[in-house]
Amino acid sequence: MTLSKKDFLGLRNINCHEINEILETAKLMKYTLVKNNKKTSYLQGKTIVTLFYENSTRTRLSFELASKYMSASVANVSASSSSVAKGESLMDTGRTIERMGVDVIIIRHPLSGAAHLLARNVNVSVINAGDGMNEHPTQALLDMFTMCEKKGGIQGLQVAIIGDILHSRVARSNIWGLTTMGAKVRVAGPSTLMPPGLEDIGVQVFSNVEDAIRDADVVMALRLQKERQESSLLPSIREYSKVYGLNKERIALARKDVLIMHPGPINRGVELTSHIADCVNSTINEQVTNGVAVRMALLYLITRRRQNSNALYS
Amino acid sequence: MLCIHNGNIIDGKRKDFYQGDILIDKGKIVEISCNNLCYKAEKIIDAKNLWVMPGFIDVHCHLREPGFEYKEDIASGTRSAAAGGFTSIACMPNTKPTIDNAAMVNFIKMKAAQEGKVKVYPIGAITKGREGKELTEMKELLEAGVIALSDDGDPVSDSRIMRLALEYAGQWGLPLISHCEDKSLAKDGVMNEGIISTMLGLKGIPSAAEEIMVARDVILAGTTGAPLHIAHVSTKGSVEIIRKAKSMGIKVTCETAPHYFSADEKWVDGYDTNAKVNPPLRTEEDVEAIKKGLQDGTIDIIATDHAPHHRDEKEIEYPLAASGISGFETAFALCYTNLVTENVISLVELVNKMSTIPARIFKIHGGTLEVGKAADIAIVNLKEEYTIDVQGFYSKGKNNPFHGKKVKGKVVYTIVQGKVVYDDGKII
Ligand SMILES: [Zn+2]
Ligand SMILES: [Zn+2]
Repeated sequence: MTLSKKDFLGLRNINCHEINEILETAKLMKYTLVKNNKKTSYLQGKTIVTLFYENSTRTRLSFELASKYMSASVANVSASSSSVAKGESLMDTGRTIERMGVDVIIIRHPLSGAAHLLARNVNVSVINAGDGMNEHPTQALLDMFTMCEKKGGIQGLQVAIIGDILHSRVARSNIWGLTTMGAKVRVAGPSTLMPPGLEDIGVQVFSNVEDAIRDADVVMALRLQKERQESSLLPSIREYSKVYGLNKERIALARKDVLIMHPGPINRGVELTSHIADCVNSTINEQVTNGVAVRMALLYLITRRRQNSNALYS
Repeated sequence: MLCIHNGNIIDGKRKDFYQGDILIDKGKIVEISCNNLCYKAEKIIDAKNLWVMPGFIDVHCHLREPGFEYKEDIASGTRSAAAGGFTSIACMPNTKPTIDNAAMVNFIKMKAAQEGKVKVYPIGAITKGREGKELTEMKELLEAGVIALSDDGDPVSDSRIMRLALEYAGQWGLPLISHCEDKSLAKDGVMNEGIISTMLGLKGIPSAAEEIMVARDVILAGTTGAPLHIAHVSTKGSVEIIRKAKSMGIKVTCETAPHYFSADEKWVDGYDTNAKVNPPLRTEEDVEAIKKGLQDGTIDIIATDHAPHHRDEKEIEYPLAASGISGFETAFALCYTNLVTENVISLVELVNKMSTIPARIFKIHGGTLEVGKAADIAIVNLKEEYTIDVQGFYSKGKNNPFHGKKVKGKVVYTIVQGKVVYDDGKII
């Protein structure tokens, strides 16, 4: 088991075999996660750096714990978003970190394509933990892992993604991953937050949220940033929750065993009502656990790949 | 005396070409003949199997001096132009300080005379400091030698100021070159808005941001009767608006740049900052419309919008990277490869669009090969196929998305005022 590329930047250019590989490995990792002694030695001697230009407690913690459960050394580098445009360039920072004997750099950055830029300029593996509006591939992997667990597979599932598709890297990664794995993706949201051309990549676009949810196996709500109202993309958060928020009536249109997902953190009463967030169909808490398992799997596979390639030259 | 012997001559006047010799003395063409004129000359350029044409005239480039010499300066920029077959170029005023007064115009002219390899014609700003608020002293700029006015890099957003500028400059027939961009629509977009911006998660610039300004400006040109030239046309809608305006008799001309018919938005995939340019590379459909516009004459000329940048401004996160393509040294090859060999326009029409028509619109000397006129000449080899390599550029800016692409059509000699300034890869 291994991955074909040095880096893991997104789900757009990854085939179903590799996604399956990660999801299967994540299953094994989840066993160790629920054990009393979680520690394994899979990443013994490896060093991992998280390089975060955006605050994200949960994603960073998830990666950090995933690394530690497998005995890797982890260091965290934080840079404020405001330092992106000035100060040391991303390339220079990346090369400096590389020189310190690091095996994997995990990057979170407010600009699309930043992970790609870093990956092109260092020899160590780069994992994208979210780049601007582009991708957040480990989030989509954990979403897919959760769907697999609950539904037994992804092929043929009807997945509705609701909300701000335009700005959402979670939506993009899920669209790529789910369509590759044979699910049908539908989206609904305000037309001011809907990017053009989605039909061309196999996504069904609905102007009406009810139509998107009808008979869906999975309904995923996206986080709505408050800035959208300030930049006139929305008249008000209030109207958004009224027209697009997930509530009991809307969820009743989906299949009985529908999964309700959210990448978190939730704005209760905006993207979904508390009732829906906490109902039995909600997988929101489980997604968090699965996030660690999936990230363990990815780190395991990506560092193995490097070991193999090193072996070739020794 | 210099004799260009036995070349295929396109003179910018006739619709066909002929084989012959061109004799040059004291910077001027003294004889053009189908007979051998070598016996009259000390120096001979054997142009057998080569094409001899009026030197190219670029009415839209950025030489970056003064203020941004780390990107380009007049010395390097004019060498780059010479290597591209250009003999006359007009530089945009978005320098630091802005070329918005006669003293600045004189500075550019003096620098160009001292260090330049080709003829440089400054373009003055429309508004002071290119701030879009107060008109520049246009008559004085004209007398100092500007060939046009433009706030390029930015639009004149205030419609009233644009109207006043057209009225005022129009008194002396001085053309305004409009960079058409509705800033509020383009906002923080970094590439064309469409399927690729969706796929890459990059903020899009809609076609409407360009087209609304094109429409506004042709309406203002219509009501003022002043000459208007639209810079870097990139969308189908812009071509249609200009076509309509011309059919209504409005005095509007326009240009496109080689990248708008040689590449499309897909080139941005992989976050290639060298494909970041403003206006952005558009869709395949737009590329086809640009070609159609060139074919039917809606698009009068081709200009490079040569916009060199330092590598530190390009080897960064895509949304932060500077916009622009270093275009002098790939212009002819891209035009020949993508327009002439594809039968969009003929070679003679290409020479018209790269030399004869820009000379006419902006009243610049050149654009034809005629006895008694200045010997500004480009000699090209159309057979030679080669791979574009930015490391070989004379420009300081290596930012060009066509690096590594195979093209046809190579400039072999550039002659300015009778002097060979570029000889088979070498600046002289
Ligand atoms: Zn411009
Ligand atoms: Zn320009």
